[in-house]
Amino acid sequence: MATLDLDVPAHEHAARMRAGDYTARALAEATLARIRAQEPALHAYVTITEELARAQADAADARLRAGDAAPLVGIPVGVKDLLCTRGVRTTASSRMLERFVPFYDCTVVERLQAAGAVIVGKTNLDEFAMGSSTEHSAFGPTRNPWDLERVPGGSSGGSAATVAARGVPISLGTDTGGSIRQPAALCGILGLKPTYGRVSRYGVVAFASSLDQVGPFGRDAEDVANLLGAIAGHDERDSTTVPVPVPDYTAGFARGLAGLRVGVPEQFLERGLGPGVREAIEEAIAVFEHAGAIIDRSVALPTAGAALAVYYIIAPSEASANLARYDGVKYGFAVTDGASVEAEMSETRGRGFGSEVKRRIMLGTYALSAGYYDAYYLKAQKVRTVITREFESAFAEHDVILTPTSPTTAFRLGEKLEDPYAMYLNDLFTIPVNISGDPAISIPCGFADGLPVGLQLIGRHFDEATLLAAANAYGEATDAGKASPAALP
Amino acid sequence: MALTADEVRYIARLARVALTGDEVERMREQLSNILDHFQALNDVPTDDVPPTAQSLDLANVDRPDQTHPPADREQVLANAPRRENGFLRVRAVLEA
Repeated sequence: MATLDLDVPAHEHAARMRAGDYTARALAEATLARIRAQEPALHAYVTITEELARAQADAADARLRAGDAAPLVGIPVGVKDLLCTRGVRTTASSRMLERFVPFYDCTVVERLQAAGAVIVGKTNLDEFAMGSSTEHSAFGPTRNPWDLERVPGGSSGGSAATVAARGVPISLGTDTGGSIRQPAALCGILGLKPTYGRVSRYGVVAFASSLDQVGPFGRDAEDVANLLGAIAGHDERDSTTVPVPVPDYTAGFARGLAGLRVGVPEQFLERGLGPGVREAIEEAIAVFEHAGAIIDRSVALPTAGAALAVYYIIAPSEASANLARYDGVKYGFAVTDGASVEAEMSETRGRGFGSEVKRRIMLGTYALSAGYYDAYYLKAQKVRTVITREFESAFAEHDVILTPTSPTTAFRLGEKLEDPYAMYLNDLFTIPVNISGDPAISIPCGFADGLPVGLQLIGRHFDEATLLAAANAYGEATDAGKASPAALP
Repeated sequence: MALTADEVRYIARLARVALTGDEVERMREQLSNILDHFQALNDVPTDDVPPTAQSLDLANVDRPDQTHPPADREQVLANAPRRENGFLRVRAVLEA
């Protein structure tokens, strides 16, 4: 009989609970105890949902006793505090929504519950998912479990940090410009941004609607595959979800890396990489090659470098419209003693939003304002077409494209806080994929100076299965991603 | 592309975001710097390129028009900053 060990992946918990080694309730209690012990140092959560977790764990135990074979029954999961949860406050890590309690669940949380998962808490993020370090949370930053003086990445930093710290085996984040993949890389775990249209955004606090996707974090490919399988698929309440059948994402795991056509665009390895990043990526490429993958370094994505500018026009423009709803009338923070309607609204937004959110609303408002629309927004949308076409032609001859996930490893708290553009450069390699809508996964591929490095695999639209099969084969071929951070209880 | 403080205040007015004097100056510097980086787009020729609004082929998605019970009024109003007699309360828009 195996003892209760929180360091094992979710699929191992599932097997042990079915063998009768321990109950979902016992796993939930041990998980809550570890999270409580880690929180003072890590601050990965905005809200810990103990009562909800206990009720869901007891329900999961009933399902386990009845022989339910679904992979997530009884598995503890953290969900980004951008996802609406019925009766549990959903803050987006903003003062604006500090006391907002939704009366409905978002679709992905509904699906998690139908799958039998146990929600242990709402994880910290950069306010409204705007940021790359989780320092823009109104409730204080999350720390990186590998070095508590460093950031976990962002915006889904809480979801990544708690999985890396062995608090929960799996979690959900959202990715608009890299907000799943970059923190996965900086925390040494896996994180997948699904194809735009693969996962419902109904009930997810909106940031940039042509880019946002919900996706899974985990410590191995099988867990990520099972979590994606549970949340993916068409949803009548989100008209951007596509009625493409959801496959069994673990079904292709046997095929390995032999014959996989991997494009490696040299331009992503040439400039601005932190020390040790290129070496870790090259070692990973050698593993792929040794396992039979066909590496092609001649693939070019000449316009990908312009994706950062495209993103920082399109995303703030969409955000400026989406965040217009926070006006102090229907819900959220409100200033009610202003001199006029307009003064109250402006004060509500001026005091309720943090600095990065205000910066992006301003940028988007400017880009959409009379006289600038053609020069900024329309131009960005045209360059978006050029970038998308380059990916399409690259995928005519390659199954996946391999790049570093982030130019650097985890940086120190405060290091980039005063220079917004330096912060934006974190997303240089992840943003092109949001622009094109393609799926991409970040996989841990070793360390540079003791800090995790992530590699990114980009795939064709709706071909998450190939990314997960490659991630699984790479994970089995190396020790990368298996080490645990030492510093936490 | 250097913005002036007046331009920053104008954008803030459009966005209905009250900024302090310090915020106006910081925003002026930071936004000007970010706008400079946008010049990179001018290097990409796009004369005959159509714009992309989103990456899917979907268009005009519809569904059967079915009735559903509406959300419960009390639940909807539970988060309202100001309410009165089952309604959201707002300030008078037109001053007397």
